[in-house]
Amino acid sequence: MKPAPFRYVAARALDEALQLKAAHGEEARFLAGGQSLVPTMNFRLSQPALLIDINPLTELAGMRKCGLDRVRIGALTRYRELERDPAVAPILPLVDEALPHIAHPQIRNRTTIGGNLAHADPASEMPAIILALGGRLRAQSVKGERWIAAADFFTGALSTALEPDEMLVEVELPTAPSRSGACFMEMARRHGDFALVGVACMLRLDEDGRCGEARIGLCNAGDTPMFAAQASQSLVGGKLGAAEIGTAAALVQRDIDPPGNIHASKEFQRHLAGVLTARALAAANERARRAH
Amino acid sequence: MHTETHAITVTVNGTPYRRSVEARTLLSDFLRHDLLLAGTHIGCEHGVCGACTVIFDGLAVRSCLMFAAQADGHSIVTVEGLAADRHHLHPLQQAMRDCHGLQCGYCTPGILMTMKAFLDETPAPDEARIREALSGNLCRCTGYQHIVDAVKLAADRMRG
Amino acid sequence: MVTRNFGAPIRRNEDSRLLSGQALFVDDVELPGMLYAAFLRSNVAHAVIRSIDVSAARARGGVVAVYTAADLGDYWAPGPLLVPPPPIPGITFNQRTQVPLAKHKVRHVGEPLVVVLAQSRYLAEDALADIAVELDPLPAVTDLEQALSDASARVHDDVHGNVAARVRQSRGSYAAARAAADHVISRRFRYDHGASSPIETRGIVASWDARADQLTVWDTTQAPVFLRNGLAAMLGLSERQVRAIAPFVGGGFGPKIMLFYPEEVVVPWAAKKLNRPVKWIEDRLEHFFATTQERGQTHDAEIALTRDGRILGIRDVFLHDTGAYNPYGLTVPINSQCTLLGPYVVPSYDSTFTAVFTNKPIVTPYRGAGRQHGVFVVERLIDIAAHDLKLDRAEIRRRNFIPPDAFPYNNEIIYQDFAPLSYDSGNYGPILDKALEMIGYEHFLKEEQPHLRAQGHHVGVGLACYVEGTGIGPYEGAKVQVQANGKVSVATGIGTQGQGHFTSFAQIVADQLGVDVRDIDVVTGDTDQFYWGAGTFASRGAVVAGNAVNEAAKVVRRKILKLAAEHFECAEDDLEIAEGAVSVVGVPGQAIKLGALALKANPMRGAVRPGTEPGLESTQYFGPPGGATASGAHAMIVEVDPQTFMVKLRKYVIVHDCGTVINPLILSGQIHGGVAQGIGNAFYEQLVFDEDGQLLNASLADYLLPTALEVPHMEVAHTETPSPLNPLGIKGAGEAGAIPVGPAFAQAVEDALGLPDRGIELNEIPLSPNRLFELAGKLR
Repeated sequence: MKPAPFRYVAARALDEALQLKAAHGEEARFLAGGQSLVPTMNFRLSQPALLIDINPLTELAGMRKCGLDRVRIGALTRYRELERDPAVAPILPLVDEALPHIAHPQIRNRTTIGGNLAHADPASEMPAIILALGGRLRAQSVKGERWIAAADFFTGALSTALEPDEMLVEVELPTAPSRSGACFMEMARRHGDFALVGVACMLRLDEDGRCGEARIGLCNAGDTPMFAAQASQSLVGGKLGAAEIGTAAALVQRDIDPPGNIHASKEFQRHLAGVLTARALAAANERARRAH
Repeated sequence: MHTETHAITVTVNGTPYRRSVEARTLLSDFLRHDLLLAGTHIGCEHGVCGACTVIFDGLAVRSCLMFAAQADGHSIVTVEGLAADRHHLHPLQQAMRDCHGLQCGYCTPGILMTMKAFLDETPAPDEARIREALSGNLCRCTGYQHIVDAVKLAADRMRG
Repeated sequence: MVTRNFGAPIRRNEDSRLLSGQALFVDDVELPGMLYAAFLRSNVAHAVIRSIDVSAARARGGVVAVYTAADLGDYWAPGPLLVPPPPIPGITFNQRTQVPLAKHKVRHVGEPLVVVLAQSRYLAEDALADIAVELDPLPAVTDLEQALSDASARVHDDVHGNVAARVRQSRGSYAAARAAADHVISRRFRYDHGASSPIETRGIVASWDARADQLTVWDTTQAPVFLRNGLAAMLGLSERQVRAIAPFVGGGFGPKIMLFYPEEVVVPWAAKKLNRPVKWIEDRLEHFFATTQERGQTHDAEIALTRDGRILGIRDVFLHDTGAYNPYGLTVPINSQCTLLGPYVVPSYDSTFTAVFTNKPIVTPYRGAGRQHGVFVVERLIDIAAHDLKLDRAEIRRRNFIPPDAFPYNNEIIYQDFAPLSYDSGNYGPILDKALEMIGYEHFLKEEQPHLRAQGHHVGVGLACYVEGTGIGPYEGAKVQVQANGKVSVATGIGTQGQGHFTSFAQIVADQLGVDVRDIDVVTGDTDQFYWGAGTFASRGAVVAGNAVNEAAKVVRRKILKLAAEHFECAEDDLEIAEGAVSVVGVPGQAIKLGALALKANPMRGAVRPGTEPGLESTQYFGPPGGATASGAHAMIVEVDPQTFMVKLRKYVIVHDCGTVINPLILSGQIHGGVAQGIGNAFYEQLVFDEDGQLLNASLADYLLPTALEVPHMEVAHTETPSPLNPLGIKGAGEAGAIPVGPAFAQAVEDALGLPDRGIELNEIPLSPNRLFELAGKLR
């Protein structure tokens, strides 16, 4: 289990990295945390001709506020840093709650949010979260930059809207509004494994206690990370009780087409998606009410 | 494909090394075969077992998921750097011996490095925290219980 | 004998080396000019080999040699049968052993076809991609029942119905028992085991010294003496020309004793042929195919009982998956057949098994070695009986225990060591009572469970009893020698894989020779240090080698006393040995250090008298007349989420009887580790093959070894019923922890979800949330 030969360049500047990527396209891969890429290289399932190491580009790391209700996180920000940043929990409670579920401490010491999102594993936690939050992602290439809505970013199994010459450089997420509650819940065979199914949800209550906004993201419920549009919409406008939550859970079960794998059949994944959606919504609702 | 090499300078256990490495050389292989620091063990080469864990710029990482070329200019501590010699063990090593926290000893270096970094950051952990921190290291012999005991004991002793 | 060290929780001698990264494992051996091997392995389970073209690989830079089966010439031969079938009348056994490199057919995914030797493992792996292999795929034999049909493809063309073996053993008349029974229960049970997955994979380094005509092999084997003997025979060398070293071995759990793995045949040959050291280290992917594993059995079992729950008889017919070859004979299914009888009086027993060839990796013993399968069947049958007869689960077991005055208890069938299955000693009632007390059984059922259920917690208790045949022959030996520096060296031929032999053997010697444990240096697994032996398997190391060490130490003690008596011109009875010296009791200053005495025993002048030997040393052997039977009970409390079917182990207790205990710390470690593997087997680990014989989860990301978060805190207690079969009274303990977890787990989960009252039984292992969802589907 040794990787095939490749060329390696430690990028000294973002521009250098982008130029190399533009020149080599699909043959080249960016190396960020490497925690998903390197295992596939060791199995020789992936054999890039060129690795562009972007770890030296420290300007791509870090979180900053952006206006009153948005936050931007650099692609090279490692999960370890988010986990230890006390600013995260109040403004990004979903991220805060999901981080301990992402693999293990040694992996989180290296994993970057950009690498994790660009890898676009449907079973991974963060893609479902940025869908649930309705974030957007900034892609950059030698030709310039563009923002991609989270809803448009995940295009298929392990594939994204990024062009071969583009790098994901930043993620923008809305911060938790007032009178809101969020919950991330997943079921994995062992702690740290990819989720059999995971649910990321956010509820905002209006002043009268009715649901003003609801957003549900799902891990491993299909070929891509998913936003449960119908289920989310069904919650808006009413007071949330067991019946409403049950309806949303049933809609999630109706609308997903989970792939099934050796650990969970399609049917079990569908069942779990309903169970976890109901539980996560109930928890988020309770949290929103307490915040009310 | 031609073989491309990179000149790197890396500090391991306080000693600077200058070496030329092939781009694809895994950090784990570099430590074991180029620097002959064979205490770092290889168990899976896909980042699950944790046997190859080393401390990279102060953080526990899987050395099988990094390339040696990435270590250029960085600082690494391996199990060989925990104590001066086998007769003067680090408190964590001593506690592992006192609690019978190892059997075959193969996963042990990775566990020591993970727990060293963990205790540096979390000097007074409870059992739940220890088990969570340990969950990225597989041990097939001990059932973990004596390792958990050892980490608790080491933490107590290190706090004095 | 002053017992000071024996029985004490002494810290291990080997730990400081292991903890400081200075212990030598096979992959740490680096030699000048070394070549690195990689094997091209079949990617299909069953195929005829049409052609292999290695020319491009040979031409690649850095590649020194590439060999196929054809290149091995006369050296190519199927491997030896490691364990012949026991002398059971009417037995069918079709021996088909693995080959070094596949020649005409491939019979499982991962079977090696070609070896590449290159200047690095990286280059060797590059060259694998250069090799062109043409395979004509054949239908894969994967299902045990279908394999037996006439229509099935054949793994071995000349073996009809893929029958590797068929064995029937019986005692008494089951038909009569059934006729007399008040209640008969028949069920089908499935039990699948898994991959031993030591964190160190297998590996071998071979070095041929042309000047000395000597081969040195470092191998991750549990049986270095067998390895040396076999290699010498294959290579046409005398055994003295081969030195096999099993250095520190990073866990084995059974599969590291298999002989001969293809790599163990090919690598030494290549090293000799090329006159260069060769290293092969199995990678984790290879481990899932190239190392033997243990897998499934399907049992159709029936139990006949009286209405008060007494067992009258058991009939069992089962199929055993032996994989593509059967080099380890019948050890695994015989263990299943024998261990099924458990700690119970089973007056009549009729058991027939068929071992079936399949296009899957080879099955050989992995911790428990088939015992799990049998224990699962009998424990589940008893659970069902308890439910049907409205008896308490503990009480029905108690009623059937072999009474303590019935030992030795002969089960009248043949065990894996070819001897009758006879239990040497045991006292099972107190073990179960202790386990019930520790788990709080009565209190849990009467108060805790109803209380928690009312709060919506689905909690349940499970318990299981078992016996384990341990410490079988043939023999082990040991050489104990007092060194001139006062330290004592102990050499045995047994291998070691983390069980603490460096310490437990030292404890035995320390008490005999009055030397500090830390001053006793144990060498195991180097055939140049000790010539004879078998290996570490079947929970036999402490029993067999431990007693050999004890015998040798006793002789050395006599030599010490005799020589010291001459030295002090006193009677031996006036002497005492302590703290590394012999002294005359009551005469201060009259003492001589053992090192000085050792020098006297090897004088430069004078004559050694006829009939005496130089030095303070002795080599002794020990062979037990039969296996010692250990026993125990496990109990656990689980909580099950009735919607997600996640199971949490809330409490786990083990009561174990392995006779006298050498080192309770080491013993608990063995038990803990076994339980952890048992938990993996029960709920996490499963080798998932598709119908083409492809393994779908060949990585540690998908083959789920339990982590520190899946293994609970365990409480361990011991009872001691010494074995009468060896002077130290020891029974083996290595496999015990892993054996009864499955049935206790299934029972606890059933209890938590109230399944028995709804007619749902969990009669298979492994379980998983997904499987529980399927099985408990009737609930919804």
